[in-house]
Amino acid sequence: MNWGVFVSSFLAATIEVIEMVAIVVAVGVTRSWRASLTGAGGALVVLAVLIVVFGTALQGVPLKPIRLVVGALLLAFGSQWLRKGIFRVARDGWALGIGEEEVEEGVASGFDWPGFVLSFKGVSLEGVEVAVIVVAFGAAAGAIGSATAGAAASVIVVGAAGLTSYRVVARVPRRGLQLFVGAMLTTFGTFWASEGLSVHWPGDELALVWLGALYAAAALGLVRLVSGWRRQEEALLGGASR
Amino acid sequence: MIVWRWIRAFLRFWVDFLIGDDWTVAAAIALALLGTWGLVQASVPAWWLLPLVVIAGTALSLRRTAAKERG
Repeated sequence: MNWGVFVSSFLAATIEVIEMVAIVVAVGVTRSWRASLTGAGGALVVLAVLIVVFGTALQGVPLKPIRLVVGALLLAFGSQWLRKGIFRVARDGWALGIGEEEVEEGVASGFDWPGFVLSFKGVSLEGVEVAVIVVAFGAAAGAIGSATAGAAASVIVVGAAGLTSYRVVARVPRRGLQLFVGAMLTTFGTFWASEGLSVHWPGDELALVWLGALYAAAALGLVRLVSGWRRQEEALLGGASR
Repeated sequence: MIVWRWIRAFLRFWVDFLIGDDWTVAAAIALALLGTWGLVQASVPAWWLLPLVVIAGTALSLRRTAAKERG
């Protein structure tokens, strides 16, 4: 075992795996676990086939166009959720709890295809990046086995942390959850789409943290703003009816 | 006939997924992506454009939704 390659691969893969697990847990808690896990499983199968077929040639995969497409799709969907989440919290408050209301009114009783697509895209994009990390570190040091073990350890550790955290996430009132998951999907979408266009982010991957904080803060500000518009309008209507 | 229904359902799925109930936000994002590409080509820092457009577009869309709800 080449421990230097193992640790490097583990740390580099962890950044990507955290993003992957965050999307799977968010989609599972807010939409459908069945769709989210099926999407993640489908993406892992596609990845396994890609790795078997292409092997070390994966190093040459152009990541920028993939980031742009996946990022733009996540951004379009995430911004819709963010907007709906803000509006519902402003209209009805944060108080509604687990099981009292479906988060997404459009989730059909059958299989949740949007949830499947979100999870599939998140896992396949991040999975390709992990595969590229493994191939890059492994091929450079002639230690593909150690690099693969490092990435696999990262998936196990972060996956277990994700499974533990979902119980905490599931305690958040559902309207608030939709707002914050919308902010999170919008954050990933903004970051990836911009990276696909060769934008350099201040702080590199750390930009995900401040961008997420920025969208969450903007969402909370917009909740107050929309509540204010509604109160103003009610006061005007009340005055007109007297 | 069944194939045609599948195609329509497939297209409807992607329209809902990408555009939803307010096409202006999706259009603003598309324009912001184009603008970001233009700034990158001109070697101007472009990281600020997309977040700005998303937040401003969401605020405008919420303003319209609130107004529409009041009827």
